[in-house]
Amino acid sequence: MPRPTTDSKPIDCDLHPTVPAMSALMPYLDEIWRETVVRRGIDELNTIAYPSNSPLTVRSDWRGAGEKPATTVERLGTEALDPFGTGTAICNCLYGVQATFSEDLGAAMARAVNDWIAREWLDRDPRLRASIVVPQQNAELAVAEIERCAADRRFVQVMLLVSGELPLGRRQNWPIYAAAERHSLTLGIHAGSTYRHPNTPVGWSSYYSEEYINQAGAFQTQLTSLITEGVFAKFPDLTVVLMESGVTWLPGYLWRLTKFWKGLRSEVPWVADPPATIVRERVRLTLQPFDGPPDSATISRFMEHMGSDELLLFSTDYPHWQFEGISAIPDGLDPGLARKIMVDNPLRTYARLKETVT
Amino acid sequence: MNVDVLNRSGLHPAAQSKLAIADCDVHPRPAGAGIGGVSRSLYPYLSKRWQEHVETFGVRYRQPWEKGSAYPKGQPQACRRDAWPNGENPGSDLGFMAEQHLDPNNVALGILNPLTSGQGAQDGDLSAALTHATNEWQVAEWTSRDARLKASVVVPFEDGPTSARMIEARAGDANFAQVLLLTRTSEPLGQRRYWPIYQAAVEANLPIGIHAFGYGGSAMTSGGWPSFYIEEMVGHAQCQQAVLTSLIFEGVFERFPTLRVVLVEAGFAWAPAHAWRMDRQFAKLRREVPHLKRLPSEYMRSNVWFTTQPVEEPEPREHLADAIEWMGWDRVLFATDYPHWDFDDPAQALPIRMTETQRRQIFRDNATAVYGIA
Repeated sequence: MPRPTTDSKPIDCDLHPTVPAMSALMPYLDEIWRETVVRRGIDELNTIAYPSNSPLTVRSDWRGAGEKPATTVERLGTEALDPFGTGTAICNCLYGVQATFSEDLGAAMARAVNDWIAREWLDRDPRLRASIVVPQQNAELAVAEIERCAADRRFVQVMLLVSGELPLGRRQNWPIYAAAERHSLTLGIHAGSTYRHPNTPVGWSSYYSEEYINQAGAFQTQLTSLITEGVFAKFPDLTVVLMESGVTWLPGYLWRLTKFWKGLRSEVPWVADPPATIVRERVRLTLQPFDGPPDSATISRFMEHMGSDELLLFSTDYPHWQFEGISAIPDGLDPGLARKIMVDNPLRTYARLKETVT
Repeated sequence: MNVDVLNRSGLHPAAQSKLAIADCDVHPRPAGAGIGGVSRSLYPYLSKRWQEHVETFGVRYRQPWEKGSAYPKGQPQACRRDAWPNGENPGSDLGFMAEQHLDPNNVALGILNPLTSGQGAQDGDLSAALTHATNEWQVAEWTSRDARLKASVVVPFEDGPTSARMIEARAGDANFAQVLLLTRTSEPLGQRRYWPIYQAAVEANLPIGIHAFGYGGSAMTSGGWPSFYIEEMVGHAQCQQAVLTSLIFEGVFERFPTLRVVLVEAGFAWAPAHAWRMDRQFAKLRREVPHLKRLPSEYMRSNVWFTTQPVEEPEPREHLADAIEWMGWDRVLFATDYPHWDFDDPAQALPIRMTETQRRQIFRDNATAVYGIA
């Protein structure tokens, strides 16, 4: 069992241990898959969502020399936990298991990643928790992986990428949400894509900058999908966490969605509550990247538009470059709100954290 | 449950001030059911060859249906039920439109945006023929008969050179006030295949209007096709976020610094947050796009405008004024979307406190400046 922490240290809800190489996963692959990756030359599954040497992918002072960044529990502790006084941190491993066209390969890789996370990270630092990586190509295989991992209470969440093959609200995905709800796991949706569709809704962009900026739009469309398809009505105990989504799009988005819900709700009669109510009760967003205005006065004003002080969850997004030094909390937030973001909101969000963090 | 109706007490809508207004999104539509998706009202402007073509093969877009749009609307033709002149298509009768909308709402300038014009048809030559016919029809049936109305040059946008020639043909023609594109094209609109359109628009001194909808063929989210019309309607905003990002990051405004772009019918409250996000990421990733000499938000502030309808209605309503403040009161153009169901009534829309100057900017002066019409 994980060690309960007794104080109110910050809870980092999004950081990224990195798979150093396929060789690290080999001990966690079945023999047939070990043979497959060697025979077929599957050297690694990093996706173009985070080009290895892009400035955004790794903050320069976290890049270090020699070994690949964010690949050891020691470095994660000294670079991402200790400086912030973090007491608990949720690991979201971004490795392209969701993007393989073979569902079986994706499932095998997801199993390996989850076992690697448990053995190499969770076992070695009691501050760490993790999301279950699932082969979102196939809901049946994803559920099997959730069932396999759920007994380990250090897994607190199920993670999906925001852009998959089908909009996330579609009913084919619902077994995943049923399994998450059944096991008191939140549904964490992270930036990234399986690249089944162009990376913007109007076609393939030329530049990585555009793709990353449009991640916010991807979250908007997928939140629309989850709401309008009725996921929140069908699964009343499911909490959704949007990770690395940006946050400032939320108020204007909700104004627009609410207007059309008023005009078109006959099309989706199961959406009985106003969208803003659903979001305030059931959806949370990690803080980084905080895509806010440059000045603290406007940030303060903007926070009023959010309409709730319970929506945001502290995150560093380590090792991605989203802020300098330890300035993860933007200027312009009052201390009470900062404390809620760092501690209270995460504790209320993750049912499984409540078991082990007081 | 019931939804609270917005409290409008203490407000001064435009109509009460007798302000002559500009409506930057009016939809005319040819009368008649048509054959193959093309109204017989356009036949005077179509060659026999294309008349026979549409009667035989119809107009095929990148979507499933022989008739109608990808997502069934909330009501027929997505139009107000009271906007059907004697059962004819809404927007097909100038006299009816004037009586129902232009006269009572004191519209001094109406920008016509025809949407069933063949833009995005799979057959590029057919698209060129239909858009040309639509341009001729706008002059014959609308702008030559009512000086308040200005037409859009609709172009077969997937064919840049042909589009450019059609724009050149209308340069200096006072019937036309802008070039009209749709949001969802084959590729993001900043890409170079579309630059001949921008070159021609700059030379003709016409702004580019980019209206919601389109038939580009890409899934309308990066995670696939949504199920519902409500998702399409909300999703126009995310589509236009991608279009705006493309125009800026491809360097369109560096190449064409005098180009004016009006984003139509996708809301505007998302614009400030999108500008903040673009600037923050640009600060980290600018080495990828060395052709940009200014912050993304600076191009937005100098080259891009937004129409209001369907205007966002936050509670409290003052938040909408914040959003306009953050993007600039000179960026926002009033629009009704007549005769569509989500029409914004100028007597009711924009329920926020404004100075008289701000009201005049949004309801008229910004539009006359963008469209260069006194």
